[in-house]
Amino acid sequence: MDEIVDGITQIDCDILIIGGGTAGPMAAIKAKRKNPDANVVLLDKANVKRSGAISMGMDGLNNSVIPGYATPEQYTKEITIANDGICDQAAVYRYAEECYGIIQELDQFGIRFQKDQNGEYDVKKVHHIGTYVLPMPNGDTVKKALYRQLRKARINIINRYMATRLLTGEGRVAGAICINTRTAETLVVRAKAVIMGLGAAGRLGLPTSGYLYGTYENASNSGEGYAMAYHAGAGLANLECFQINPLIKDYNGPACAYVAGPMGGYTANAKGERFIECDYWSGQMMQEFYDELQGGKGPVYLKLNHLAEETVAEIERVLHIVERPTRGHFHAGRGTDYRKQMIEMHISEIGFCSGHSASGVFVDKHARTTIPGLYAAGDMANVPHNYMLGAFTNGAFAGLDAVDFIADVDHAAFDQGEVDAERARVLAPTKRDDGIPPNQIEYKTRRLVNDYLQPPKVTAKMELAQARFAEVREDMETGMYVRDAHELMRALEASTILDCADMAAAASLYRTESRWGLYHNRVEYDRDDENWFCHTILTKGADGKPTHRKQAVEPYIVDIADDEKDAYQNQRVTKTVAAE
Amino acid sequence: MPLAESASIVPVVVDKDLCIADKGCTVCVDVCPLDVLRIAVKDGAPETAYMKYDECWYCMPCEADCPTGAVTVNLPFLLK
Repeated sequence: MDEIVDGITQIDCDILIIGGGTAGPMAAIKAKRKNPDANVVLLDKANVKRSGAISMGMDGLNNSVIPGYATPEQYTKEITIANDGICDQAAVYRYAEECYGIIQELDQFGIRFQKDQNGEYDVKKVHHIGTYVLPMPNGDTVKKALYRQLRKARINIINRYMATRLLTGEGRVAGAICINTRTAETLVVRAKAVIMGLGAAGRLGLPTSGYLYGTYENASNSGEGYAMAYHAGAGLANLECFQINPLIKDYNGPACAYVAGPMGGYTANAKGERFIECDYWSGQMMQEFYDELQGGKGPVYLKLNHLAEETVAEIERVLHIVERPTRGHFHAGRGTDYRKQMIEMHISEIGFCSGHSASGVFVDKHARTTIPGLYAAGDMANVPHNYMLGAFTNGAFAGLDAVDFIADVDHAAFDQGEVDAERARVLAPTKRDDGIPPNQIEYKTRRLVNDYLQPPKVTAKMELAQARFAEVREDMETGMYVRDAHELMRALEASTILDCADMAAAASLYRTESRWGLYHNRVEYDRDDENWFCHTILTKGADGKPTHRKQAVEPYIVDIADDEKDAYQNQRVTKTVAAE
Repeated sequence: MPLAESASIVPVVVDKDLCIADKGCTVCVDVCPLDVLRIAVKDGAPETAYMKYDECWYCMPCEADCPTGAVTVNLPFLLK
């Protein structure tokens, strides 16, 4: 295995879905059910059985809109405010209306959700305004349940192929060029529609541990969706709205105040005092976290040691079994125990991820990108704060709409020269006798991201980043060297990561205001609604570099009253809450 | 410039006595999201699974899905 083989194959399908994590499988199932005759291919660079952000499972739904607990209007309002107003509400509203149906479907797949004694969903309040958090007691079974459905629906699954570029022609999508991660053979897939569900750009910043794969996001999510959409000419929205999360320091898994919060746990400073009112993740909440760390009141901790034994045991049961099960090993190794001491937290490295913020490929309420026939859903598409249930629901929208799209079209013709050029680019590191290994290209890129792009953002630093990225790119294009097919996969990821770093710098420089709290805190600029109450759309310019335009926010469907707009701006606790 | 041979301690440990790779099992290799596990070959025959590439997200499908409980995921040294 891993020896480089020279070979190229071409296959045809109706709908190609790239990414078998969360959005992808749901898109596949929905498309196939709507049109059983459609040839639906689901492709992943890992194995669909265990790929994506929910590889091991998920401990709950962060954003369920369940009748009796929340309304689509309320949810749309909450997300609009949490995302500082920059939100096309149609997509959020449609999600809010239809996600309950998806929950019921997941329930039928065998994924259980917590219910109270009366058999009603046991929804918890974590957000500032509404109540949306629904625990999943057997959340470790999600991927297995999905896989059963994929087999039942007879979806064609292709594992261990990594898509590297989209093909376009006749003004629409035409397919994708892929490479086998274990042999380096090329696979060209012609498709009438392509759905991308490739997850976050999680390997963008470098974690404080310095371990390249010790990221907050699943480290296999290295941003291919962002890079492929960019090179194909699609628009990407608000990339300057970085993802930064509160997490357990060094372990880099989520602290999960969502799990602990409803049970009485909270984020505290070094004195054990609560300093934020609401643990729901928003840019302003992260700004308060950052201020506490920088202002001499840190470290910041997850505080559970005031809770009763049975409560802590229940929190441990959820946190140590489901989403990131090695967390129990981590605490055992450190000798830390929620009962005895507070657990040190930190803020994550930066990334792109609309699942938690809003940086993603621009899509409408049908999950359509700006390229006809090309869809995006989940962490890489720009529906804000959409989390796992958003990936499922928007993935479903993509699958359903793609079936309509392919009804009237044949495969678009594309330029064979694109395939030849991409093969030459992809295989270049295999043609050299020595050079720079991909891990060093990646380390340097990500170290520069930390040095120069991590907020608070400073113009001069970001310009330095651009100059240094250009040097790394030159070294990468002329000197990167791999010894086997596995290293070639890493080389392609390094290239993607550098593309994302370039986009992060360009987008952050373009928006000359501060917005979204810490996510886009530009120290030289205040918030400027007059000039910047808009989306920023990044595309690939004629010179091959990122270019930008402003795009108006669609008129709101759900009005936001003036006195509601600041609900997420005032996060700091005004009264001191004494430690117990 | 030539490459160095720098050592790295890897987090995934496989118990050779329990591993049934010699009987054709490749479950841990199949499920790893980062594709860092491989089967060691001795005298042309599969012997045992091992972690070939130090690129681990310590996510645990290899440990959870191993049919004989042969795999243990430790935390990478740099962050443990």
